[in-house]
Amino acid sequence: MEYAERLENVSVLGAAGKMGSGILLLTAVEMADLSLLPENKNKVFVLNAIDVSQPGLKGLMNYLRSQVLKIAEKKTVMLRKMYGDRDDLAENRDVIQQYVNDVMSVIRPSTRMEVAYESKLVFEAVAENKALKVKLFRQIDENNENKPWYFTNTSSVPINEMEKEAGLEGRILGVHFYNPPAVQKLVEIIKTENTLDEVHEFALVYSKKLRKVVVPSSDFAGFIGNGHFMRDALHGIREAEELSKTYSYPESIYMINKVAQEYLVRPMGIFQLIDYVGIDVVNFIMGVMNPYLSEEELHHPLLEKMLELEVRGGQNSDGSQKDGFLKYEKGRPVAIFDPDQKAYVEISGIKDKCDEILGPLPGEQVSWKKAVRLKGEKKDEVLTKFFNALKNMDTTGAEIAIRYGKRSKDIGKQLVESKVAFKEEDVNTVMLTGFFHAYGPINQFFD
Amino acid sequence: MKKLRKKVYLTAGYNTISLGTGRSEFNPKKSRPGIEHYIKEAGENLLKKVGGPDKIDEIVIGNFMAARFNKQAHLGGFSGIIDKELEFKPAIRVEGACASGGLALLTAIKNIQTELSDTILALGVEVQNSVKAIYGADILAGAGWFQKRRNGHAYFFPGQFSDRAAAYYQKYGFDYARKGLGQWFVNAIENARLCPTAQEYENKVPDLHALYQSRKPDGRFFVDDLTVFDCSKVSDGASSIAVVSEEGLERLGVSKDQAVEVIGIGHRVRNITEDPPDMVELTTIKKAAHDAMEMAGITIDQLGTIETHDCFSIAGVLATEALGYAEPGKGAGFVAEGNTSREGKVPMNTTGGLIGWGHPTGGTGVHMAVTIWEQLTGNAGKAQIKLSDDKPYGMTINMGGDDVTVVAAVYKKAE
Repeated sequence: MEYAERLENVSVLGAAGKMGSGILLLTAVEMADLSLLPENKNKVFVLNAIDVSQPGLKGLMNYLRSQVLKIAEKKTVMLRKMYGDRDDLAENRDVIQQYVNDVMSVIRPSTRMEVAYESKLVFEAVAENKALKVKLFRQIDENNENKPWYFTNTSSVPINEMEKEAGLEGRILGVHFYNPPAVQKLVEIIKTENTLDEVHEFALVYSKKLRKVVVPSSDFAGFIGNGHFMRDALHGIREAEELSKTYSYPESIYMINKVAQEYLVRPMGIFQLIDYVGIDVVNFIMGVMNPYLSEEELHHPLLEKMLELEVRGGQNSDGSQKDGFLKYEKGRPVAIFDPDQKAYVEISGIKDKCDEILGPLPGEQVSWKKAVRLKGEKKDEVLTKFFNALKNMDTTGAEIAIRYGKRSKDIGKQLVESKVAFKEEDVNTVMLTGFFHAYGPINQFFD
Repeated sequence: MKKLRKKVYLTAGYNTISLGTGRSEFNPKKSRPGIEHYIKEAGENLLKKVGGPDKIDEIVIGNFMAARFNKQAHLGGFSGIIDKELEFKPAIRVEGACASGGLALLTAIKNIQTELSDTILALGVEVQNSVKAIYGADILAGAGWFQKRRNGHAYFFPGQFSDRAAAYYQKYGFDYARKGLGQWFVNAIENARLCPTAQEYENKVPDLHALYQSRKPDGRFFVDDLTVFDCSKVSDGASSIAVVSEEGLERLGVSKDQAVEVIGIGHRVRNITEDPPDMVELTTIKKAAHDAMEMAGITIDQLGTIETHDCFSIAGVLATEALGYAEPGKGAGFVAEGNTSREGKVPMNTTGGLIGWGHPTGGTGVHMAVTIWEQLTGNAGKAQIKLSDDKPYGMTINMGGDDVTVVAAVYKKAE
């Protein structure tokens, strides 16, 4: 079956979710582009957007329309060529509107699973619940004569197990997008022991056409991205726990969060990142991964305590940040949760004290924003200088930062040694592109 | 040889800022002043300089496409918002694409000739940041023939001048040509840095040549043969100047050392439905500029400074050839050698021109006249150049479309 043929009828499960909607958007654009090729003029392309929530689907359609419009506005030069035979489309506005219509007309929103019975490719982006995923795969597979392929967006459920339990025999592949899929360049591709070559090859072509950076990963709990992030987060939580023997919880969290962001030159502090992903999601993924890890305990009671107090983080449907470890105003942290007092403590009240405990940053500060724009040797030079200066400072902040950097490197190496990642470079690529780090965790900066 | 029957003077010029990317006031996500604000600001400040609205006989507004950019036509009706006293005075809006401002001046000059008016408020305005650039390109394409829009580039006018650049590269050499275009860009930004109302006033890039060379023309993202540095930006802005007779000047109480006299005009229009007769020549500019100089009775060697229509760097280089400063194909070299810089043989676009100061399309023709008025009367501030006695004249060349409508004028300090 040719590439375009495979994409003639596709379903996305969990289409109204954050990951599902992004995958749907990218796939709809790819399918519409195919439909506009002269050789495909007589084919009908169908993309089922399946979700249990009617309000969710309504919101999805509005989201898609606005996003497709933006995409069309960015590629108008190309669209004018694509619609070169249409004499009725003279202005950019005409071309853009036509394209929005063409993309939207590919999409069929539905709450009924039955529409997937004709699909040749199924994207799964429902909740991280193995039993649910397996049930859906089985249901579709039993009713679908096309022997469809299944691309699962799971970030933590072992795909080999789902394949076996749903009886998919090589027709499943992990295609793990990063949040939000429309923006993030990274896709982790995870084969099972049986994944058919043509399924894998198709996914590589598809990812390339979506202009994604593909990193292969083994089917081991959490793959590379979560494999690093969950352990890195746990390290941060433990460091804060340690500090909390001397300082209050909010002070400890403030300090570790600051070190992880400013001293390690990362886009955000570790507690802010946990909030961004969602405390519930982090705790859940750790729970999914933990049973598969024999030599370590991927779990922390602080996360559960926060959830018991109904502090969850995550994002509102408009993309704004919900309060978690930190409280946000216009996206900026302003206060920190104290699990003992069950209340937020203003950052302004503890900042000066904590900053003094940590000590100053090296004289020539390097912000993440600056570092991430640098390239090659120049970036190496700037970061080496910064971290060398940090290593020569005898401050609490520097000490925590160096320990953190070393731990991050160990986690990276561990992922390669345990064969989750095939090479060190892949770990670095995932952290650089999927987490927007300015440098990969496997480096010489902290040695 | 045609002559103006009545002497015409310009005075009391005013420019708003040219708002758009590059200005710190500009935030694409926040709302901005509408076209009314610009008309009012440019009009009010002129009235302050001339002593009030009762001194003005009529108003002429040059504007290209407010009907689409701002969904607003009938701009003559806005003269009353400048000052209540202007209500019920004659007012008209004129249009000739990016030469609309030049046509506003020309209309005012002609109305002085009729002796029906002695003092005219000429104003040019455009507010283009009201739509995204990709839709703005549709609107600006109205300066060409709509029947050619279908096969034109998404960025229609950059596409037109990219084709001219391509023809120039092919005939005279790519690297040679790019040197001239690059110098044109550098001059534009350096001059704009001296003018507080310029869109590039705050441009602080240390090495402009390196910046220019950092991009190569790439048709996958923009047009085939120009980069964004070869193009004027999207601008909101307005300019105003008083166009008056000898009697009018007296009525305003403005001394002659604060005025310039228009001593030559040229106005030519090419058939919009046809392709340019020569891709590497701005034929209409050549004719209109010749007319203006002939009427003024001067040669290019007597011009101390010129404001020419550099909507694209290639248009600047081609203008040096059309004016006769360089043989065909030698314009890029003429510019690269620094002849058009502010210390050069003939300083051009001394406040940045369209690339540096900005290009609020319908306002540009008036802005050019304001700059020449500033330079000839010593009102140019930090952008002031020194004019020598043997080159006392200034010139403006305002172009609409791809060398379709051109208004040229020659000025001298009033005596």
